[in-house]
Amino acid sequence: MAEARRALSREDELPVYLARSGTADQAARQKHGGLFCSVEGAYESKTIDFDALSVGQRGSRTPRGQKGVDTETPSSVNSAHEFKKATELKHDVDKALLSNDESDRLLIKGGRIVNDDQSFCADIYMEDGLIKQIGDNLIVPGGVKTIEADGKMVIPGGIDIHTHFQMPYRGTTTVDDFCQGTKAALAGGTTMIVDHVIPEPGSSLVEAFERWREWADEKSCCDYSLHVDITHWNDSVKQEVEILLKEKGVNSFQVYMAYKDLYQMSNSELYEIFTFLGELGGIVQVHAENGEIIAEEQARMLEIGITGPEGHVLSRPEELEAEAVFRAVTIASQTNCPLYVTRVMSKSAADIISQARKKGNVVFGEPITASLGTDGTHYWSKNWAKAASYVTSPPLSPDPTTPDYLNTMLASGDLNVTGSAHCTFSVAQKAIGKDDFTQIPEGVNGVEERMSLIWDKAVVSGKMDENLFVAVTSTNAAKILNLYPRKGRIAVGSDSDLVIWDPDLVKTVTAKTHNSAAEYNVFEGMELRGAPMLVICQGKIVLEDGKLQATSGLGRFIPCSSFPDFAYKRIKARKQLAVLRAVPRGMYDGPVSDFIPMSRGATPSASTRSSPTKAPIRNLHQSGFSLAGNPKLLHNVIKGNSVSMSFRKH
Amino acid sequence: MSGASFQGTRSIPHLTSERLLIKGGRVVNDDQSFYADVYVEDGVIKQVGENLVVPGGVRVVEAEGRMVIPGGIDTNTCLNKAYLDSPPVDDFYQGTKAALAGGTTMIIDHVTPQPGTSLLQVFEQWQEVADRKCCCDYSLHVDIPQWDEGVKDELEVLVQEKGINSFQVYMAYKDLFQMTDTQLYEAFSFLSNLGAVVLVHAENGDLIAQEQKKILEMGITGPEGHPLSRPEELEAEAVFRAITIGNRVNCPVYITRVMSKSAADTLTQARRKGCVVFGEPLTASLATDGSHYWNRNWAKAAACVTSPPLSPDPTTPQHLHTLLACGDLQVVGSGHCAYSTAQKAIGKDNFTLIPEGTNGLEERMGFVWDRAAALGKMDENQFVAVTSTNAAKIFNLYPRKGRIAVGSDADIVIWDPDRIKTITAKLQQSALEYNIFEGMECRGVPVLVVSQGRVVYEDDKLNVQQGTGRFIPRKPFPDHAYQRINTRNKVIGRQAVSRGVYDGPVYDVPSTPKYITPAPSAKTSPTTQQPPPIRNLHQSNFSLSGAQVDDNVPRRSGHRIIAPPGGRSNITSLG
Repeated sequence: MAEARRALSREDELPVYLARSGTADQAARQKHGGLFCSVEGAYESKTIDFDALSVGQRGSRTPRGQKGVDTETPSSVNSAHEFKKATELKHDVDKALLSNDESDRLLIKGGRIVNDDQSFCADIYMEDGLIKQIGDNLIVPGGVKTIEADGKMVIPGGIDIHTHFQMPYRGTTTVDDFCQGTKAALAGGTTMIVDHVIPEPGSSLVEAFERWREWADEKSCCDYSLHVDITHWNDSVKQEVEILLKEKGVNSFQVYMAYKDLYQMSNSELYEIFTFLGELGGIVQVHAENGEIIAEEQARMLEIGITGPEGHVLSRPEELEAEAVFRAVTIASQTNCPLYVTRVMSKSAADIISQARKKGNVVFGEPITASLGTDGTHYWSKNWAKAASYVTSPPLSPDPTTPDYLNTMLASGDLNVTGSAHCTFSVAQKAIGKDDFTQIPEGVNGVEERMSLIWDKAVVSGKMDENLFVAVTSTNAAKILNLYPRKGRIAVGSDSDLVIWDPDLVKTVTAKTHNSAAEYNVFEGMELRGAPMLVICQGKIVLEDGKLQATSGLGRFIPCSSFPDFAYKRIKARKQLAVLRAVPRGMYDGPVSDFIPMSRGATPSASTRSSPTKAPIRNLHQSGFSLAGNPKLLHNVIKGNSVSMSFRKH
Repeated sequence: MSGASFQGTRSIPHLTSERLLIKGGRVVNDDQSFYADVYVEDGVIKQVGENLVVPGGVRVVEAEGRMVIPGGIDTNTCLNKAYLDSPPVDDFYQGTKAALAGGTTMIIDHVTPQPGTSLLQVFEQWQEVADRKCCCDYSLHVDIPQWDEGVKDELEVLVQEKGINSFQVYMAYKDLFQMTDTQLYEAFSFLSNLGAVVLVHAENGDLIAQEQKKILEMGITGPEGHPLSRPEELEAEAVFRAITIGNRVNCPVYITRVMSKSAADTLTQARRKGCVVFGEPLTASLATDGSHYWNRNWAKAAACVTSPPLSPDPTTPQHLHTLLACGDLQVVGSGHCAYSTAQKAIGKDNFTLIPEGTNGLEERMGFVWDRAAALGKMDENQFVAVTSTNAAKIFNLYPRKGRIAVGSDADIVIWDPDRIKTITAKLQQSALEYNIFEGMECRGVPVLVVSQGRVVYEDDKLNVQQGTGRFIPRKPFPDHAYQRINTRNKVIGRQAVSRGVYDGPVYDVPSTPKYITPAPSAKTSPTTQQPPPIRNLHQSNFSLSGAQVDDNVPRRSGHRIIAPPGGRSNITSLG
């Protein structure tokens, strides 16, 4: 309600012809519960006048604007006519990209708006790709296309926070490029994707980012944003990260704890990256698996003759995932940096995240469609191609109770966002690793199935309510990316990325009909209840009656800004608190053991270093370390020629 | 104290008394307690029971219904570990005296070679020093300062010929002792094949190095910097990682120095999941906390410096005792490593230089009794288990040590559960100026200690002689740790799925030269063709992913051109 009120209070900003007026006419409308409709039919032929409630506002029962809106007497015949008209216009729209066309204006009537905090029945009026009004009995200009939601849920379009479209892999690319991939996304009710930029180790991050932007701008059918993966770490990367954060609109960076000798970062590097990003207000995403142990395990598997896809999961047991998550959480907590764990694939990893959250760490976990929907038993499939299609890292857990468990964690708020990690390879591409599982390109599909799958597994089963569904599929992602409330919410001023969700539509997932170009679908044969009935992206209908009308190249890059409140409010507060202080002590003037065995008695070093306050601290530190090592260095140290080897003898 | 100075001359008559009868005591083992007399001859328990028939002229000790327990085994001491070439003030003589005075009749000391030195040599050196000075039986753990091929041979010799079955690895001390995960993996698999127990000093050294740097930069140079730079999370993290690796290679893991609640909890959880893992809290972590690091007296604060540090959380000792009582932690060590204040003062301007180690050898048994048994947390049998029997089992000394039974070594303590002693540096055996337990009252003390069949401590007086301690060799594959491991090794058989040959299209990887494997066709069936050069397979896999820069440099120029999406800038940027 507060939302609606806020929405209406923007009235002043609206053009004159939209000046609101009440209506006494009866709107034929179904009402299903919700905040505004606690009693069936209670508000029939009544208008709630929010503005009248707030002081100093113009009442909304002002004389009506011009021409009565046809939406007031909608009939099935009329709306059918409208639809036809709209579809005709559609083509023009597509050609005259983003022109201020009539069909840019949309009115969704009679829907139940579901945000992450509440659900309520209201109409939505959209114009220019933005939501302009929300409320009952809106005054809208004539000729807008009206969609009857018939009491169905209207939810913010999904945000898939993790995709790999058009990802280069050893001279080839994933079969779903930005066009194919975003089409699949739209077909599944996802109206924004966040793709990962993966620069080759040693190459420029900014260049890779620009390249990805180019690909996506050219082909993407929906809005997108980008994460940048940090594949190596040095001072120049540092500068690039700063540029990306401050100028390019990237606020999240992924680091790898796996892929030894390729992307993997040492603990010290992780510490530095976390510290650095924590200061700049970025989000650190980690691919959490212990790469060193994986390398050893892979070698062992190959040695004992296991070369098929089952070797993949055998060499990457879930405890290695849990271990890395634990380590990442520890480092993040030490550096006071928010942590985002991508691809939570196993129960134990999810448990670690949950425990860390209970201890107060700022950590977010992202299960992916595959881990929420299927398990790793398929790695033992006799069909090599099928088994290989499940290969992704961390692998799907062979424990068949994992999906259920992860859905529960999602419902309890221990895990926060869902991605798909959509990264599809054809069978021929997967067959690169037909004799050696370590060569199988990694990735599964899931961008299209994501929303339906969560609805089916979590909402239909009563684990989570519709509001939390919106939170995990869209709102939380928008908050982490600092795009909220532009994305992830149905509110006045938000982007008009909406989905009319049919909670009862049952679809069977199959590779024959899916929108991805992959030959195998890891969810093959699953019946999923809940599907988008109509998808509006950037104010345009892109999915209606099962038909997809997406236009590639329409997608815009949405820049994300640093210091998202969702993650950083707590971090900032803690930073102010966490001040360490030294204990003021008198000078220690007792005997000091002479630690240069040769020159016992003469303690030149002790006298020079007697006062900790006078000596520059930095030097003290350095001299300390070198002293521990080679006593012969001592004289150099005293002269100030310090060696900054940091080790400690014990 | 006075006993120490007299013993050189007066102890001889006592030492000759080889036959001993302990009458009227209650024998407490880890499994049961019963009233019985114990007859000892030649350093071995010959009879246990009532109304024993013994030869005449034996010395009879009246236990008067007090507890007769197996002598304690301290699994963690560092009595010869020099810091910057200066040895600790408690050497094997001073240290074992303290041990005996506290009811501990066997110590297992850590041999700490420096990187680059020979394990065998250092071990022999240690053994020589210990043989010369020890007053009680001892055994040795060997620390592995670095991992390479040469170490492997030495380890094999140590296990098979020298009677060592436990080795310590470090996850801390970056650039010095610290091992990478890969090295740990190799070390664990190697040691588990040898049947040894892996001891782990669990702290994340990389992060500690970073934190130390940060804290020194902030101007914190005193001992409080020590716990600040080594927060308990880093300990818990390393424990978790060590257990993960241990579980992967099916190797028993023994966490030395469990100092914090979170580390102990991590360990507990792992045991719940079935991992073979043991935890060893120290006297210090069981009796005091880390608040002393903030003490205004530098020397006192520095005396508490040990790694992992004492937790500043004052509820830690209670928690650790609880876990000890319920069996989640198994063994109590002391980590006794005594440096004088002057030695500690090496780090007076920089906490990272303070030599690490606290006392605890003498106080170990007393505090476990006082904080756990006397409060009803654990019973007397569990007390015996955690102070002695479990250690004997884990390190394959059982039932020679850790039990009062016929045939066991006559290391026996008569324990008075009610006597109260106040701990103070003035009255201790150790040569330290500061006792970190100073002023604490401790209920439960030994009234009489028998080591190797001789009464060495009686009426608050020690009667010991240097060099009487024997080295006790230990065999590999202790049942307590390895029975489960061996069974699991048999059960876990991993098999490849037998599939038809994949004959579909294969995407032609342009960078084939990187693919070193000569004959992919020969490897189609994993079951029939087992060993094409396996080692190569492994190596090729890494380079394939594009990692090894020098591998790829000559080839890449040719192949990356084929890569259309983004290949353009790839070439320029990588060339």
